[in-house]
Amino acid sequence: MSTLVQVNQVSKIYYRGTIEIPVLQNLSLDVPEGEFMALMGPSGSGKTTLLNLISGIDRPTSGSIVIAGTDIAKLNETQLAKWRSQNIGFIFQFYNLIPVLTAYENVELPLELTNLSKKEKKQRVEGVLNIVGLSDRMDHYPKQLSGGQQQRVAIARAIVTDPTLIIGDEPTGDLDRKSAEEILNLMDRLNKEFKKTIVMVTHDPHAAQKAHLTRHLEKGELMINGDGK
Amino acid sequence: MKVIKLISKNVFRHKLRSILTIFGIAIAVMAFGLLRTVVTAWNAGVDASSSNRLISRHAVSFIFPLPYSYRDQLQKIPGVTGVSFANWFQGKYKDNSPDNFFARYAVDAETFMELYPEYILPNEQLATFKQQRNSCIVGKKIADKNNLKVGDIMTFEGDIYPGSYDFTVAGIYVGKDKTIDETQLFFHWSYLDERMKDVAGYGSGNVGWYIINIDDPKASASVSESIDAMYVNSTAKTKTETEKAFQQSFVSLSSAILVSLEVISYVIIGIILLVLANTMIMSARERIREYAVLKTLGFTGSTIAILIIGESLAISIAGGAVGLALTFPLANGFGNAFPTIFPVFQVLPSTILLMAGFALLVGLAASVFPSWKSSRISIVEGLRQIG
Ligand SMILES: Nc1ncnc2c1ncn2[C@@H]1O[C@H](COP(=O)(O)OP(=O)(O)OP(=O)(O)O)[C@@H](O)[C@H]1O
Ligand SMILES: [Mg+2]
Repeated sequence: MSTLVQVNQVSKIYYRGTIEIPVLQNLSLDVPEGEFMALMGPSGSGKTTLLNLISGIDRPTSGSIVIAGTDIAKLNETQLAKWRSQNIGFIFQFYNLIPVLTAYENVELPLELTNLSKKEKKQRVEGVLNIVGLSDRMDHYPKQLSGGQQQRVAIARAIVTDPTLIIGDEPTGDLDRKSAEEILNLMDRLNKEFKKTIVMVTHDPHAAQKAHLTRHLEKGELMINGDGK
Repeated sequence: MKVIKLISKNVFRHKLRSILTIFGIAIAVMAFGLLRTVVTAWNAGVDASSSNRLISRHAVSFIFPLPYSYRDQLQKIPGVTGVSFANWFQGKYKDNSPDNFFARYAVDAETFMELYPEYILPNEQLATFKQQRNSCIVGKKIADKNNLKVGDIMTFEGDIYPGSYDFTVAGIYVGKDKTIDETQLFFHWSYLDERMKDVAGYGSGNVGWYIINIDDPKASASVSESIDAMYVNSTAKTKTETEKAFQQSFVSLSSAILVSLEVISYVIIGIILLVLANTMIMSARERIREYAVLKTLGFTGSTIAILIIGESLAISIAGGAVGLALTFPLANGFGNAFPTIFPVFQVLPSTILLMAGFALLVGLAASVFPSWKSSRISIVEGLRQIG
């Protein structure tokens, strides 16, 4: 398997006034294509920060991040926005659906940035809603759905553009066991059936077991251990 | 497109807040429109006056009369095509309430209406008026208000000219357009003079002021000068000016009030701008996290700016439309309630344009800050906000 994500010697320092807050130090990480990787580690260790860098919503202080051949640290804001819309699917802990849009409209939203025809959009949206098992809830608003259902809408939104990489920041963190299990099974299916590369942060060892590879982050540095199953 | 849909859905996210804001804007736009209309209505009398007419009055004050004998002399001045005259009568109709007050003039029945072609009257009514010495002509608004028709009698209690006066309505005039005052009454100067003879034994031989028609408006200054020069050594010196200038001398008395009304109208626009800006800033702040999500999905700052500007404009346009719609019935009611203070109370097209323009401007201006701010948020910061 070729390497999809190459994180090379990346450091991230936040500044609060004149105080430097070093979060990541010379971190390197490779994610092979088709991998389902779990990132674990204590709170504050820099997991979210690393995900933000990989997904191009934040920039490293130094180092390079190459994804499918593109060095994303070199893109300008507009290029980066376009790159994200084409390559990354996000799943957040708190779903982050737009409350005034229906499930269908939320899923359709990323397609507004594509040139797909109306018909193609409709096919895609209905297709992914079918995958996540919410075909009968398309016209419901987020507040009319359970947490697990909202997260499934969020997954549908994340995959509707057929992205290169799916990023999840504690996607089951806000869910009960049963819903979490459903979400994990869904992600497993995306990985196995649809060959999606997934990087997921989780605190839950059970969730990490679903992944094929687990990496531990400790104070901004990767521990080399646990290769999963 | 989705953006439009999202804008319209955002507008109704906080229904009460949006509706209150829309009504606030509506009321402000309406208040602005009414205030402007008061100002324009006030000035309408001035604008409606003909530039072909000069008014010659006593040099000291308009309350001092001029000799009737000037009439023939004025007619001989080159450039003068007609001379008429009028007197302020005042008097009491029904009661002393301001509601029943309107302008009443004693005029030269033979010539007056010819000099005022903007007062439109059927020929046979004019003929009756000229024939019948104790008849009068009233404006349509006064006739409607008092249920008067041709042949009815109007009774006045004189004050400047004591006695009781019964005038038969010979005609009802309408203005040639909406800017013409339809709240005046004209009757025979000769009848008034005759009544004075009955009381005092002799006629007054005086008129209030002369109305002089000239063939060339550009000659108004030179004709005025030659008139005033003619009487410079007489006991009753004249002051001659265009009718417009004459009207303005009344209006200028209240110019301080007019200016303050204008200032207030703009202050209202300023206040509503702050109200809408506050609403938009509040909404944008609540949605920081959503904007961060949109950016994460690949939407750019300009999409977010468009969302906010669009929402602000939608609210201000809705408010402006409601405000405009409310202005017309209100202006009508206002005009009908005070027909004598504001003979012509018309919302002018220029006022409508200003109202619509300010509604748009307020919508745009209110969104400048929140859209600029929101379009620049960093995704990471936005996502960290507790939604
Ligand atoms: N914008 C920021 N400004 C300053 N410090 C920040 C910022 N974002 C994160 N940090 C700091 O960086 C460190 C790592 O944060 P990060 O959110 O990556 O941790 P995490 O591993 O995701 O933790 P958690 O498991 O609690 O989500 C923390 O100490 C945090 O306070
Ligand atoms: Mg985190």
